[in-house]
Amino acid sequence: MNINVLIPSIVTNQWNLLPLYLQNLVIITTQILAVTICVILTVAFTTYFERKVIGYMQGRIGPNRVGIKGLGQPFADVIKLLIKEVVIPSRSNRYLFIIAPLLSLIPALATWAVIPLTDGFVIADINAGLLYVLALTSVGVYGVLLAGWATNSKYAFLGAMRCAAQIVAYEIAMGFALVGVLMASGSLNLGDIIASQSGGFSQWFIVPLFPLFMVYFISGVAETNRAPFDVAEGESEIVAGFHVEYSGVAFAVFFLAEYANIILIAALTSIFFLAGWSSPFEGWSFLGEGSFLREPSFFWLAVKICFFIFVFFWIRATFPRYRYDQIMRLGWKIFIPVTIVWIAVEGVMVWMKVGPWSI
Amino acid sequence: MAEIQNYTMNFGPQHPAAHGVLRLILEMNGEVIQSADPHIGLLHRGTEKLAESKPYNQSIGYMDRLDYVSMVCNEHGYVLAIEKLLKLTPPRRALYIRVLFDEITRILNHLMWLGTHGLDVGAMTMFLYCFREREDLMDCYEAVSGTRMHATYYRPGGVYRDLPEMMPKYESSNNKKKKHTDRLNYNREGSLLDFIESFSERFPSCVDEYETLLTDNRIWKQRTVNIAVISPERALNLGYTGPMLRGSGVEWDLRKKQPYAVYNELDFDIPIGLNGDCYDRYLVRVEEMRQSNRIIKQCVDWLRDNPGPVMTDDQKIAPPKRMGMKDDMESLIHHFKLFTEGYCVPEGEVYAAVEAPKGEFGIYLVSDGANKPYRVKIRAPGFAHLASMSEMVVGHMLADVVAVMGTQDIVFGEIDR
Repeated sequence: MNINVLIPSIVTNQWNLLPLYLQNLVIITTQILAVTICVILTVAFTTYFERKVIGYMQGRIGPNRVGIKGLGQPFADVIKLLIKEVVIPSRSNRYLFIIAPLLSLIPALATWAVIPLTDGFVIADINAGLLYVLALTSVGVYGVLLAGWATNSKYAFLGAMRCAAQIVAYEIAMGFALVGVLMASGSLNLGDIIASQSGGFSQWFIVPLFPLFMVYFISGVAETNRAPFDVAEGESEIVAGFHVEYSGVAFAVFFLAEYANIILIAALTSIFFLAGWSSPFEGWSFLGEGSFLREPSFFWLAVKICFFIFVFFWIRATFPRYRYDQIMRLGWKIFIPVTIVWIAVEGVMVWMKVGPWSI
Repeated sequence: MAEIQNYTMNFGPQHPAAHGVLRLILEMNGEVIQSADPHIGLLHRGTEKLAESKPYNQSIGYMDRLDYVSMVCNEHGYVLAIEKLLKLTPPRRALYIRVLFDEITRILNHLMWLGTHGLDVGAMTMFLYCFREREDLMDCYEAVSGTRMHATYYRPGGVYRDLPEMMPKYESSNNKKKKHTDRLNYNREGSLLDFIESFSERFPSCVDEYETLLTDNRIWKQRTVNIAVISPERALNLGYTGPMLRGSGVEWDLRKKQPYAVYNELDFDIPIGLNGDCYDRYLVRVEEMRQSNRIIKQCVDWLRDNPGPVMTDDQKIAPPKRMGMKDDMESLIHHFKLFTEGYCVPEGEVYAAVEAPKGEFGIYLVSDGANKPYRVKIRAPGFAHLASMSEMVVGHMLADVVAVMGTQDIVFGEIDR
């Protein structure tokens, strides 16, 4: 009701005159814009965060010249990329060459539609949320594949080939890990998955599903083509892999997609295994009634996302790159068996009614 | 039936892992290498020919620029060849200084190798860790010679000048606060020897740090163990020297087998590998850094206790003292002759080799008695290593090519000359 006080009555009158579907359209468009802009801004500062984290890990200080403490650096980078020329190789397939970066960015942003940011806020509260997430993250791969093919360069082609094989292996492991989550929560809706983990840290799925959590997160690193699984761009082997010929805005879009995917994987991991916006101290009565620490809020989701993003960068600063066939071996021979075994174990646990989710 | 061909790929010369200007023509079946054909010559500067047209001393600087990450070791080879022809023995202090700087250079080179090898295989942090330590060693170069890389410090008859009594310090400014420079200067208060000593105290723990990141890292082992295995016999036949040969298990080090300078008086060990794969060569080089550090410590101790001349007093070879030139006509004439005509080297031919960080760096010198060499032939260790590129990578994958390039420790300055 507060909002009605702030908005002049003439506006509210006009608003009430609008047909319902138009009202919904306006509301949902606003929500989508708000989330998208927030994600893009987060991407900007994630690049800054990455450079700072890796900088300090490597005994340097990272960007510190543009703006206060270098906070203007992401915007300087964006402006630089925007005013650069987009060079399209003459022997490439122009249309696919342009479509490819969009094809990798759009799914990365569209997935946010089903991510519950707080208890009440989610753009599309659909029941098959988990399937939607799986479907869209798979579509993102086509961007990389098409980029590699359309460029008509041998390096890019190798990058695309590697990416295709890698994604197939890790999608399966990822899907199996989510089957475990599905069994534990009994729902495909992301909000329900979080709700079924309510009750503090001990109820989170990371406890009974720890192997699946590890598989999911590592597959997520592989899925986003981040070190040590970055064979698709493999700086020192195939130069930049699939985006070797991209420049200016087209490159920026790939860049944006990669970081949007990192944030997405971090968010999904926190939702599936760390109960999203729930507080780890839920039900800790000695913290005081109505304590901020006990309440579920966006703050907790943000903390968890930041932690996982940090882990992404930490891994990048620590490990050498896997070779292409070793990634395949890890995916097919280790992750998939681990997930299958743990799903069986979990099935037994559900049947025997042990574990936190059995009522 | 479709005709299936192998994939031919041009690897370099503009490639982030090409270590300069290597161009490889790779024939690949999928990702598996069928053959690799290294093309060289893109960094050819005609060093050997240039040396024929200049008095002996003026070519020392060119030697620095051959293998531009182990600078003074190359000078050592060249200077040693001239001294052999001249039958000249430098003062002992000069020999110790040479050994000290040879070993500093060995660490410099191996740090550079470790950093870039790590970077090639994807361990980005190694690169910056190694360069942090390189910085201090570069400062040692700067303190003795005035430049950070191409020192031109060794001369026939000794070294250019004695070690400085004072280490240059960082100066504070608006951008560098005093607290910051004080922290940087903490080990620069004394002489160069104090600085080197404090480095050698600290360095083993730095190597431990590198090893925690790589030696037992599963990914690192997966990427290097059993990659590019070379048997000892094959390594000898291919003309390998240095860590490449020792990695295959052949105990061969010129510092032990044909001691030059004062290596026979120093205590150090030669690490060798067992399997001859990339991992063994990595371990050998890391251990060599530790051994070099041991040698540095011994040299520092000796140099502290034994002051003395660092240049021969033969005025036909070594420039006279500046003060002497002011009132002594003989000195002035020597100076003029030395810096215009140079000195003449007796007729003959000689081969002198040193154990450079990459292997045996040899100079074959032919003199016809003039003030310029008749012919200089440089034996660069990297050339023989690169020649075996195809043999090392066939059957491996594209990513291994990069690892092999790292393990060969290629620098194009010496290969193309």
